[in-house]
Amino acid sequence: MSDNTADPRLIGARVAPKRSLRFSWSDPLFRSIVWQIVIVGVVVSIAWYLIHNTNENLTARRIATGFGFLDRVAGIPIGESMIDYNPAEHSYGRALLIGVLNTLKVAVIGVVLATILGTLIGIGRLSKNWLVAQLTAFYVETIRDIPLLLQLLFWYTVLQGLPTARQAWDRNVNGSVFLSNRGIKVPLLVWEPVHGWALLAFTAGLFGTWLWSRRSRRIQAETGARPATWPVALGLLIVPPVVVWLALGAPFQIDYPALRGFNFQGGGTVSPEYFALLLGLVIYTAGYIAEIVRSGIQAVPNGQWEAARALGLRHGAILRQVVLPQALRVVIPPMTSQYLNLTKNSSLAVAIGYQDIVSIANTTLNQTGQAIEGIAVIMAVYLTISLSISLFMNWYNAHIALVER
Amino acid sequence: MIRYVTSGAMALIAGMLLGSGFVQPASAQGTGSATLDATRTRGQLLCGTSGQVPGFSLPDSQGVMRGLDADTCRAVTAAALGDVAKVKFVPTTTQNRFTALQSGEVDMLSRSTTWTLGREGNLGLMFAWVNYYDGTGFLVKKSSGVTAAKQMDGATICVQPGTSTELAINDFYRQNNMKFTPILIQDLSELQSAFLSGRCDAYSTDASALATFRFSQGPKAADLVLLPDIISKEPLGVMVRKGDDKWFDVVRWTFIAMVTAEEKGVTSSNVDSFMTSTDPDIRRLLGIEGDLGKALGLDPKWAYNVIKQVGNFGEMWDRNITPMGVPRGINNLWTKGGLQYAPPMR
Ligand SMILES: N[C@@H](CCC(=O)N[C@@H](CS)C(=O)NCC(=O)O)C(=O)O
Repeated sequence: MSDNTADPRLIGARVAPKRSLRFSWSDPLFRSIVWQIVIVGVVVSIAWYLIHNTNENLTARRIATGFGFLDRVAGIPIGESMIDYNPAEHSYGRALLIGVLNTLKVAVIGVVLATILGTLIGIGRLSKNWLVAQLTAFYVETIRDIPLLLQLLFWYTVLQGLPTARQAWDRNVNGSVFLSNRGIKVPLLVWEPVHGWALLAFTAGLFGTWLWSRRSRRIQAETGARPATWPVALGLLIVPPVVVWLALGAPFQIDYPALRGFNFQGGGTVSPEYFALLLGLVIYTAGYIAEIVRSGIQAVPNGQWEAARALGLRHGAILRQVVLPQALRVVIPPMTSQYLNLTKNSSLAVAIGYQDIVSIANTTLNQTGQAIEGIAVIMAVYLTISLSISLFMNWYNAHIALVER
Repeated sequence: MIRYVTSGAMALIAGMLLGSGFVQPASAQGTGSATLDATRTRGQLLCGTSGQVPGFSLPDSQGVMRGLDADTCRAVTAAALGDVAKVKFVPTTTQNRFTALQSGEVDMLSRSTTWTLGREGNLGLMFAWVNYYDGTGFLVKKSSGVTAAKQMDGATICVQPGTSTELAINDFYRQNNMKFTPILIQDLSELQSAFLSGRCDAYSTDASALATFRFSQGPKAADLVLLPDIISKEPLGVMVRKGDDKWFDVVRWTFIAMVTAEEKGVTSSNVDSFMTSTDPDIRRLLGIEGDLGKALGLDPKWAYNVIKQVGNFGEMWDRNITPMGVPRGINNLWTKGGLQYAPPMR
């Protein structure tokens, strides 16, 4: 419908006459404005009172206040960081940033893995295979019944039971990956600027692929025949990065972990703390996601299955192309709250020594004595992450919502 | 979930937001100390301890809290309320101890806390006395072959977050141009099991706690070595809130009374025989003469109660620390080459 056609329902309808505001209690408009002013006034005065009172109390008790500590040299050790950190020169602000990054590192990967595992288990519960259905049902029932904190401690203890670094080194079987109580050690590509450029080329290829598949879809809609996508996609994804890499000298050097002194040096590490936290969060949250997926699938009317079968589609194809897309609509809103849960539950990290934002903010507030500021930082971080997840999921939900015709 | 670690901070925030609680003015009839008055009305002294460290505060098999820190709480209770049974031990962690005291959840803190300028300057709290002169040490496995702290370049070290220990280790490594990986776990038993399982090469905290932890391992103690290096000064003290100076006096002088009693040879078992003493110091201490109790807002028999019910400082040490095989060292009386020196009680 174009914009300049009037809504047929309004044609000929009587439009309420415009009235001006009367300063009288009997005028509903006036009343509503007064009430809104009163409510805003009350909220603002309560907030002002609380802030003022807090400041008075803190001053009276001679407790340091303000966010000045953010610039102060931190001096607190941090075990695991995605950015450069030296306690002797970097600030509390940077330490807190590391905490945020560590929280995101576990939350983002956790959400992706929990979704994959949860979906598989949810589908498994509806399987016609008796064993699969029973096993997945058992998984869901047990995992949801054990408190997450216990599960995290369990996984952490299990990981501590792994051989020591020395034993792992001596028993070296496959040469480059080591599993010890110091974590998982893997060989790592020595990163050069060239690799960054190649990555950029790959991203460009990804974008090209997306454009190409849009074009294919349009052609399919117009002519019914879909041009082949995959050869083009493959070309776009492989050729540019390889060309860039070759053109810039094709550096390729692998850093292998080796036992030196107390510990492995070189290579990349997945720490037992991170791994235990990720494992615990994914396994726990997947139990809930599985139930959401199962109920989502069951919410799709049986007629859809029957109709698809009548078209001659096979079971897997029906599930993937007919049922799951429809189930998705039911699944997204409760899924959002699971994602939020996973993110918030990641604060249990402190129990097993993973330094997320709560852990680092806690240490900060303990070392600086600025408890209120520390808690404010924690709340602001979780609020921001949670709101971002919610906004994204709401957008996605609206995007895939059934357009009623 | 966040509450799991920050309950103390939350209580503090609630108190600061809603409390009208400026430092209460001295009331006319009361003792002049809001905290002392509160313990009397309550009939209980709330003392923040760890409850997890052998030799300092750990419940025995009967559930009775034992240790130097616990007895320090008892001593103040005997002085303030006349009866050690009126103490209530409130478990605190290294992370929530300060907020617990700031928010008024406890009346005093006696949990191996290091006296530093930052803590007195920023927290609105102050140290009344030192009940243990300590330093940061390292505990390692014998099998590691490490015999000195300087050999630990690249080591992974288990340490509790929010402690002065983590700062001391940082300084030590920085000074010696070495690197370490910290493993920071808040819960003490989780941290210790991480060390025992080999997740860390060393466990670091106050040397006293390392020694008593090693001792508590029984036959397995022989597998653990306490390195000779002490890398920092950690005077462990008793803390109170700023702004209640009278209460500060009570806590500080209770401790000094115990040291004085040791200096004078007055113990829990012989204190009654001193009631006829002619030594003016002892007569003032036991409240037979003078009015030191009144100056503190306490009963004249306050120090007698402390000595009778808890003992002098040496007794407290012998009861709690000696069995763990830790020598008295610098914690001895000044007359025996140590640092404990009681200012005159007059
Ligand atoms: N003295 C240091 C370290 C205090 C500390 O870590 N205490 C340990 C052992 S001495 C403790 O009480 N842990 C028991 C717990 O966390 O409950 C400080 O004040 O920061």
